[in-house]
Amino acid sequence: MNVKVFIRKYTMIIALVVVFVLFAILTGGRLLVPQNLSNLLLQNAYVLIMACGMLMCILTGGNVDLSVGSTVCLVGAVAAQLMAAGIHPLIAIPLCIVIAAVIGIWQGFWIGYIHVPPFICTLAGMFLFRGLGRAILGSKTVAINDPTFLNIFASYINLPGIDDGEVKWSAFIAGCIVAVVLIIHKYVSRNAKMKKGYKLDSAVSEFGKIAIIDVLILAYTWQIAHFRGISVMALWVVAVVLIYEFITSKSAFGRYFYAVGGNEKAAKLSGIDTKKVYFAAYTSMSILAGLSGLIIAARIGSVNGDTGSSFEMDAIGACFIGGASAYGGSGNVVGIIVGAILLGIINQGMSIIGLDNNWQYMVKGAVLLIAVIFDVVSNRKTGKAG
Amino acid sequence: MSDYILEMHNIVKEFPGVKALDNVNLKVRRGEIHALVGENGAGKSTLMNILSGTYPYGSYTGDIIYNGETCKFTNLRDSERKGIVIIHQELALIPELSIGENMFLCNEHKGKFGIDWDKTFNEAEKHMEQVGLKEDPRTLIKDIGTGKQQLVEIAKALSKKVELLILDEPTSSLNEKDSKMLLDLLMSFKKQGMTSIIISHKLNEISYCADNMTIIRDGTTVETISNENHDIDEDRIIKGMVGREMSARYPERERHISNEIGMEVKNWNVYHPIYTEKKVVDNVSFNVKRGEIVGFSGLQGAGRTELAMSVFGKAYGTGIKGELTINGKSVTLKSVNDAIDAGLAYVTEDRKGNGLILSESIAKNTTMADLKKICKNGIINVDEENKAAEEYKEKMHTKAKNVSQNVGDLSGGNQQKVLLAKWMFTDPDVLIVDEPTRGVDVGAKYEIYCIMNDIVSQGKSIVMISSEMPELLGMCDRIYVMNEGRIVAEMSASEATQEKIMAEILKSDK
Repeated sequence: MNVKVFIRKYTMIIALVVVFVLFAILTGGRLLVPQNLSNLLLQNAYVLIMACGMLMCILTGGNVDLSVGSTVCLVGAVAAQLMAAGIHPLIAIPLCIVIAAVIGIWQGFWIGYIHVPPFICTLAGMFLFRGLGRAILGSKTVAINDPTFLNIFASYINLPGIDDGEVKWSAFIAGCIVAVVLIIHKYVSRNAKMKKGYKLDSAVSEFGKIAIIDVLILAYTWQIAHFRGISVMALWVVAVVLIYEFITSKSAFGRYFYAVGGNEKAAKLSGIDTKKVYFAAYTSMSILAGLSGLIIAARIGSVNGDTGSSFEMDAIGACFIGGASAYGGSGNVVGIIVGAILLGIINQGMSIIGLDNNWQYMVKGAVLLIAVIFDVVSNRKTGKAG
Repeated sequence: MSDYILEMHNIVKEFPGVKALDNVNLKVRRGEIHALVGENGAGKSTLMNILSGTYPYGSYTGDIIYNGETCKFTNLRDSERKGIVIIHQELALIPELSIGENMFLCNEHKGKFGIDWDKTFNEAEKHMEQVGLKEDPRTLIKDIGTGKQQLVEIAKALSKKVELLILDEPTSSLNEKDSKMLLDLLMSFKKQGMTSIIISHKLNEISYCADNMTIIRDGTTVETISNENHDIDEDRIIKGMVGREMSARYPERERHISNEIGMEVKNWNVYHPIYTEKKVVDNVSFNVKRGEIVGFSGLQGAGRTELAMSVFGKAYGTGIKGELTINGKSVTLKSVNDAIDAGLAYVTEDRKGNGLILSESIAKNTTMADLKKICKNGIINVDEENKAAEEYKEKMHTKAKNVSQNVGDLSGGNQQKVLLAKWMFTDPDVLIVDEPTRGVDVGAKYEIYCIMNDIVSQGKSIVMISSEMPELLGMCDRIYVMNEGRIVAEMSASEATQEKIMAEILKSDK
């Protein structure tokens, strides 16, 4: 593989490394402090989760869901009020997810089966659910104090015996287990492939990649072990990311999203139920927005009428920066995760430096524009963009 | 007569990794119709894009001498200013704008305040008269047929004071009647002194209208043949194109037609999806036996594609009524999925628009219509997928680096093979192929015919829709003739001739 191909293939990763190193230097190393590394993930948990759902919408043809920020507010508001009324979180949480699903079904129905343009339908939803959320809150800020609720979303894992001291060893042990499992998994799947006589990539590059990922996992878990350990919120994020990675890369239903975005007419004539694809995209998006609503409510500890505002832009931005095509049909979960983390590093790095909020907006805008220009230019070849 | 309007010398054009043109020479006399022929991917379009300035001066080497002066075009406008106009295969008209607006797009008649619409439409009408187009210039492009749209393009070229008109596959989406009209129009312009270069796969058209033809093969010019008397032998052209004698245009096939009927359609009626009172298919009945290729002939708009798509799980039309029997079983197909499950496949005429995902790999396109086959519990087995795609690639002789190459990067003929592979992967009993060789070169055509023969030899049935009558006559066992939504004749291939088919169509015209 020559340099050009390498850069093309790993553009996003290279960009991430460059930005990370840049901010590590600019912040005088403060970005690498355990607390900041831990916060990097937690502060962007909602972006990571919602970007997964947004990817599905974007895959169908560059469509986005503008209503997710409002859904976050609405679901957060319902959760806060339910618990304020003394309802147990184990009842309140499923109820909130059901409400999010209903919102998703509502939008998915109009978009998938009645062909309302997604942009307009979700713009309407953005107003609708924001208003509804504020009405439920009675225009007030409602605090959440229920310890069970906070434990489910915002606590840290503390295993008695291991994590009693200053350093939370459970985090590092978990990191070690994941690292070993990755290596074994690669080894087993290579062997299986070899037995069936399929083509194999070179062992050096495959295990090299795994080695780099393992080192990063070990370094990260080592650092967060020195700051409270693994947070439950991170587990939620990992679960969602793994599910969506599986759907998009391994399942037949996930393949349909790419087909619809690549050529909807051809997909239809191949027997793919395109309506169901749209329906599923917007339903899953709202469910993830609901989950984000709960996570945000737990992290902040209260919900008000402005909770979740402009979250949709963070999710959309992460997807496009992460290489999802603005024309639909291409993009993957790994890419958008990198995009979300890239945005997160820029945000946090600038905050640590103490850069003005206004500047942060400008930098984010520039990064998004560059990412999309890159997509458009590289798409010229496939003839999708003029 | 040695007055050349255009000379292109030693043109070399390289794309990253490929030499598209290698030392091409082309000389075009003033006032002639010059044909450019060659297989797909031979470099014809590339050459014309260089001439028109689409590939700017500097991106190639060699000289262009036009009207005695060396030209260095950097964009389309440069060449148009000199009177060179190119009309691409895919028409560059905007459907939502009127004929007049399209004609003067980027070339507007400016009045004192904005565009002078009276002058625009007046001028448009003048040029439309020249090409024999009787329409209101205020008609929207989307409301006129492809044949007329092609005429609008030519009228547009005339409005630019064209001296050298380049037409890239002008008749590929036209029926025979419209094609002939277009060629006659070109010949009448020739008498008025206009020069044209025509790129075409249809050899009968070339021999009909061209005075000279230059053959390009693999990016180099092979020869220039004179056709002064318009009687050149088509086999002579083919020999130049493929570099060898083509003994037969259609492969031989041992005919084993069973008595069992593969698919039967009875009293089929379909209405237009938007204008629901308009009948598109009118009480059609036909059948195809196992091991048989049945052809559907007819003019554009005869309702053949509509018939096929409505049978294919109601992919077209409303108010569909009729009986459908596949393999002796009466079936009702509510969706495309039902149709695939019932053993039916429809290979679309529009491979780019309706058939393939150009931005995806060969492998993913191959398995798209029957993903279940390589899935377990909804999980795709990617290795299995690649293996299957690889098998079809070998079987069809698809020219590609590997199965993970994007379909959009392949030539027309190879794309068509991937499309066929996609539907063969669903393992159908009845295959409906709609214009299977449109925009495909001679060599690949032959291979596609071989694949079709192979399919029927396995006891499957093929329904073949084509606008090229020789192809139907060469391949089919039986031919149905359709016109205005009805089947107007049925004949065995042995008794059918082009004249007979045309006569049936004309006879049935209301």
